[in-house]
Amino acid sequence: MNKVLYKTFSVVIWSLFTIITLFPIYWMILVSTRTPVQLYGKPNLYPTFLEKIHWKNYTRPFVDGVFGDYLMNSIIIATSNALLVTVLAIMATYALSRYKIAAAETIFFWTMTNRMAPPAAFMLPLFLLFTLVFKYGDSNLFDTKIGLILLYCVFNLPFAIWLLKGIFDGIPKDLDEAMIVDGANLFTIISKLIVPLAAPGIAVTALLSFLFAWNEYLLAATLTSVYARTIPTGLSEFVTTTGTEWGTMAAVAVVSMLPALIFLALVQKYIVSGLTFGAVKG
Amino acid sequence: MNSSKTAWLLLSPTIVILIIVGLLPFLYVLYVGFFNWMPLGKNKEMEFINFGYNYRELVFDKFFIDSVWRSIRFAIVTLALELTLGFLLALSLLSSFPLKAFFRSVHTLPLVIAPIVVGAIFKLFLVQGLGPIPFLAKELFGFKLNYMSSEAQAFWTIVVMDVWHWTPFVTLTLLAGLSALPQDPYESAKIDGANNFQIFIYITIPMLVPVLIVVIFIRMMDSLKIVDEVWMLTAGGPGYSTRFTGIHIWKEVFEKRTYGYGSAMSVLYLYITIVICWILYSVMVSRGKANEDE
Repeated sequence: MNKVLYKTFSVVIWSLFTIITLFPIYWMILVSTRTPVQLYGKPNLYPTFLEKIHWKNYTRPFVDGVFGDYLMNSIIIATSNALLVTVLAIMATYALSRYKIAAAETIFFWTMTNRMAPPAAFMLPLFLLFTLVFKYGDSNLFDTKIGLILLYCVFNLPFAIWLLKGIFDGIPKDLDEAMIVDGANLFTIISKLIVPLAAPGIAVTALLSFLFAWNEYLLAATLTSVYARTIPTGLSEFVTTTGTEWGTMAAVAVVSMLPALIFLALVQKYIVSGLTFGAVKG
Repeated sequence: MNSSKTAWLLLSPTIVILIIVGLLPFLYVLYVGFFNWMPLGKNKEMEFINFGYNYRELVFDKFFIDSVWRSIRFAIVTLALELTLGFLLALSLLSSFPLKAFFRSVHTLPLVIAPIVVGAIFKLFLVQGLGPIPFLAKELFGFKLNYMSSEAQAFWTIVVMDVWHWTPFVTLTLLAGLSALPQDPYESAKIDGANNFQIFIYITIPMLVPVLIVVIFIRMMDSLKIVDEVWMLTAGGPGYSTRFTGIHIWKEVFEKRTYGYGSAMSVLYLYITIVICWILYSVMVSRGKANEDE
């Protein structure tokens, strides 16, 4: 009896939390599929998108407007960053895992502090460096995709190394040595031995890096102006405009949320260890 | 090739990138903090002023200090709420009940949504004349909910948004910690006749201290650096009610273009977050040690 009561209680509480989690998202999707007239007046919770979707909310920003470019920028930046981080992290982690380096602990700790620092403290120096210091002739890093791709490494590399370190340490060193005896060079060892054995961990690393770069807002907003703007920075443009078009804003928010949903489906198991730097196995 | 040379060769691209976009900005902001530099004002070029002048000004800058206290208050309030709620939810997930896997999946959802999108979601949800919540509050309770006109409502709206966004993190991390606890102490406690409450206080909590440290550490750091969601939802207003340190620096630096003074602010902000986390960390580690000694 007691147990049944407890189970019912759990289900009730969790149903409540599920509604609290989903309701705001559901409302956003509703808004994104409605005309301004439909949004006027009393809030209507009926799923009108089952009957008719106001596609203009989506086509206006992404086809007619600049958000198509923003979307492309986001895709390029997040993908390149994920690839770069993964390759560099594989190399660095292999070094930290296989060789005795005197400063290994220090390097490790230093990369961690980079990740923990508040981005708001770095936006001014980065803005000044990107506009005034890192330049060659007339071109500088400000408002370039390269700038953001490199920048996100500061946040992604530390945790990528952290995540891979545990996996690489688990691969026996005897295997490396056997390959060296067979005359394999470093590149062959990493590409033929380490990468295949650590494939799932590497995939998770790449996906988490992608997600971070995709979601980042503050630094993208301060370090771009026209050509390298990403979806999140575009989303914030709706804040200042007078008479916000709620439907369009919701549509942009829905699109920028999509990769997160796909990602969630793929690596839900690893999210906890990803977010806690592997300090807690999830 | 020398083996340590190989290692450094493999590490070098990582180190170079981290120096260029990680260490260099830090050293640069330290350097600029000693100058007077306002491109739009009277100091178009960098001009060295009295060593540490900017910092002396900063310590008596009411708006900056207030923003720091506001951030700390926010961090403590959200931490308390998220920890309580997350702990209870994690405990409930230890036993089985119908649809548990589904509930847990949905609970994970907010974690992967970008903070700026969370801001947008809550704006659509809570804004006057569109969102269902102000409407329901008025219809059901006669309560006038408008976070853009009341300072207290704005602050608590941000708190609710943060709880919505990050409680799942606490739940899932604590759940991972709880599931990894050894079972022996529980069995001996039960044999000794301890009740559930005693088991929780004297066994679960002390054993969970390392995980709690991680959770509190990460949540504290994240709360202190909050910007995106707040910028989207209230942009720091109304008045100064949600102007947390990150937002304050943004407004000061990019609206007034006070580069020298802004750099000093950035350095102090960085320093404050590091000190708070260091204090927190050492307190909790020594508490954890004391528990082990008993």
